[in-house]
Amino acid sequence: MTWFLVHFAQVVFYCLAACAVAGAVGVIAFRSPVHAALSLLATFLAVAGLFVLMEAEFLAAVQILVYAGGVMVLFLFVIMLVNARTIPQEPQYLGRLAPAAVGLGALLAVLVGVGLWAAAHGNPGDASSLRQVQGVPLGNTEAVGWSLYRDYLLPFEVVSIVLLVAMIGAIVMGRKETGKEGGA
Amino acid sequence: MITTTHYLMLSLVLFTLGVIGMAVRRNFITVLMCVELILNATNINLVAFSRQLGDLTGQVFAVFVITIAAAEAAIGLGIIIALVRLKQTTNLDQVNVMEG
Repeated sequence: MTWFLVHFAQVVFYCLAACAVAGAVGVIAFRSPVHAALSLLATFLAVAGLFVLMEAEFLAAVQILVYAGGVMVLFLFVIMLVNARTIPQEPQYLGRLAPAAVGLGALLAVLVGVGLWAAAHGNPGDASSLRQVQGVPLGNTEAVGWSLYRDYLLPFEVVSIVLLVAMIGAIVMGRKETGKEGGA
Repeated sequence: MITTTHYLMLSLVLFTLGVIGMAVRRNFITVLMCVELILNATNINLVAFSRQLGDLTGQVFAVFVITIAAAEAAIGLGIIIALVRLKQTTNLDQVNVMEG
């Protein structure tokens, strides 16, 4: 029991990491896009938990709201709209790239092994400065908001323009083609 | 003790799985999901380094990455709908007009 309390952060990290990796494997392995999307949802939620573990609470909330709430609903909506059953089933995997994928996986395993062996000497850093606003300890959300609206105001505005352009682009591509010149 | 390296290793695994998925899968929707995996791996990296360095910039950039990922998903799914309307398929092997 004491071992569990001492190593609580490790236990949580490895559980969440296992969920994230299993979800990512599911995205690749499942044939049905719906199953792949739900598997991706598991990854998103696990990553949100990891953000909490890294004491980035604001990002965890944004991850759940935007990814699990918005992007995932969009994916499922399009899968339903496209209706995979009416589309003739083709081979879902590209065979000739499989050796490259296996080689990449082996390289990945070696890298992760070396990295985890070297991780014993690492240092996670101190999160206390990530929740201070001008030296006053408030909270992670306040600190991110302060940084976002004071130091990064111009990138913030540019990103809003990017979102506007993306929205217009999605509408233009999604609408039915009318007239002779085509939809776009 | 969970160190920054642990988070980097997890991020490496997610990134590589995303790249493998993009290379191996032929379904456009699944390929888009693999892009989301890659962007999530990036976010883990940014937040881990933000914590390591005690600097909020990483978290602010992660917010931007999430925004761009949402825009990318909207555009990509719009392309899928246009593609299905045009060719009645989401298989990338059938979309080879520009292959030359």
